[in-house]
Amino acid sequence: MAEKKSLFKEFSKGIIKENPTLRLVLGTCPTLATTTSVESAIGMGIAATVVLICSNIVISALRKVIPSKVRIPAYVVVIASFVTIVQMLVKAFLPDLNNQLGVYLPLIVVNCIILGRAEAFASKNAVIASAADGLGMGVGFTAALFLMSTVREVLGAGSFYGMSIPVLSAHPMLIFILPPGGFFVFGLLIALSNKLATKKGKKPANLGGCKACPFVDSCNSANCENASKEEVAE
Amino acid sequence: MKNENRKLTVSASPHVRSNETVTGIMLDVIIALIPALVASVYVFGFRSLAVVATCVATCVLSEYICRKVMKRNNTITDLSAVVTGILLAFNLPVSIPLWMAVIGSVVAIVVVKQCFGGIGNNFVNPALVGRIVLMCSFPTAMSSWVMPYAWKSTTDMLTTATPLAEISTMFKAGDVSAQAFNANGALPSIGELMVGARQGCLGEVCAIALIIGFLYLIIRRVISPVIPLTYIGTVAVIMLIAGKGSVDFMLYEILSGGLLLGAIFMATDYTTSPINFKGKIVFAIGCGLITCLIRLFGSLPEGVSFSIVIMNILVPHIENLTFSKPFGTPKKQKEVKQ
Repeated sequence: MAEKKSLFKEFSKGIIKENPTLRLVLGTCPTLATTTSVESAIGMGIAATVVLICSNIVISALRKVIPSKVRIPAYVVVIASFVTIVQMLVKAFLPDLNNQLGVYLPLIVVNCIILGRAEAFASKNAVIASAADGLGMGVGFTAALFLMSTVREVLGAGSFYGMSIPVLSAHPMLIFILPPGGFFVFGLLIALSNKLATKKGKKPANLGGCKACPFVDSCNSANCENASKEEVAE
Repeated sequence: MKNENRKLTVSASPHVRSNETVTGIMLDVIIALIPALVASVYVFGFRSLAVVATCVATCVLSEYICRKVMKRNNTITDLSAVVTGILLAFNLPVSIPLWMAVIGSVVAIVVVKQCFGGIGNNFVNPALVGRIVLMCSFPTAMSSWVMPYAWKSTTDMLTTATPLAEISTMFKAGDVSAQAFNANGALPSIGELMVGARQGCLGEVCAIALIIGFLYLIIRRVISPVIPLTYIGTVAVIMLIAGKGSVDFMLYEILSGGLLLGAIFMATDYTTSPINFKGKIVFAIGCGLITCLIRLFGSLPEGVSFSIVIMNILVPHIENLTFSKPFGTPKKQKEVKQ
């Protein structure tokens, strides 16, 4: 029972509390680049989710085999293989989406969320928990992209998922589909999600403290603001 | 020196208070903007008044609502929202649909000013960002210009290029000599530029009105003349070089864009300009440089708003580099790392 509950927790934390784009501010490049339309945002979100789950499973399974000194290259090789598979599938079955996403599809290899979860979670946790974490983070990423692209496409192009909206399509605010508009929307959504996550005396999200920190080996925790207090006291 | 005969009193600082208040300063800025407002009504008709009223009303209202929603004490009485509204309206063409002016005002106040903490905390000039957002969103509406005095004639509104776009084309064609300026019939004369008989944004057309406002602000000591003079001077020098010594080209560049409005009222904003003399010089030269680069080599004819916003963002770094040494400290003191 206890394990099941924690599994659900691993899944659900990625959606709001530790939402990778809006709370952890990872993977901002694809977030800004692919949210000009809802269609490409959902495509990007699903592609990244698939890669994230698969790479989390494999890295978690191999976590005792991979020597810690060469772990980053090893992770990148695993991630790159899955990205290649996903890219080939998208090219074969969804050529339109492939054209829309362009270079951002192969760039999932260096997506901070995937490498970050591999480093912070999959390399330290069991296979099933890692899969749940990957799924949760992927859903959170997709949800954030969907939200952002909805705002940007509706206001910036006057359409939603390619369907034009009567009044808005006459006077689209072009800035929303330009890069500066992306930053505006992104900043406002981060502000909103921070407000929602910290309201009414809720504790700020514990992002795992030093255990989950990728810099734990090279860091003296005295100056680190993310270190939880007990760990500093030790 | 009434206090000389008093007994020594000990109290917490500040010990010297001036009668200046934010409201007073903002009121002075509004007074300085009135000549330009009158000129714009004279040139473009009463629709310019409607644009200004829309911007001011939206700015004040959105500031009020924003402070209410954020549960902060209300600051609309300091008149800063009114100044933002007037300045934004001054940066819009007279033919702009009013709902676009509303969007620009909301962006300026809500996103740029209140999201960053209200007056004194905005990192760039709110009115300029409002203008840039509108410029990027509705390029056609933001660059359709009405002929001066068109409101007096019964014919339909004429849309023509601004003088700045005209001289930009001339510069790119390679001939900016005095003869070329005389030969170009589409350009207003220097005298017409001074009184505002030209196409352009509401507040920028009448150079004389802007200069009257500038002198008022200097006399009232609201702004120091360092930034406007350095800014305009930099543009003048660069344009003189770029025009191969053509004085006409330089004068048209200074008088026919938003340079005077930007240099006098936008670049001197307290929150977003450096404090020190040295910092002000660096800031103003940077503004002038970017303005000239955009005007001479960019695809847009006007670059004042972008240059001021870019330099606004650099102000914290300028402040760090021009930090004045406290009096009495040793000359060669190395910075102590914290």
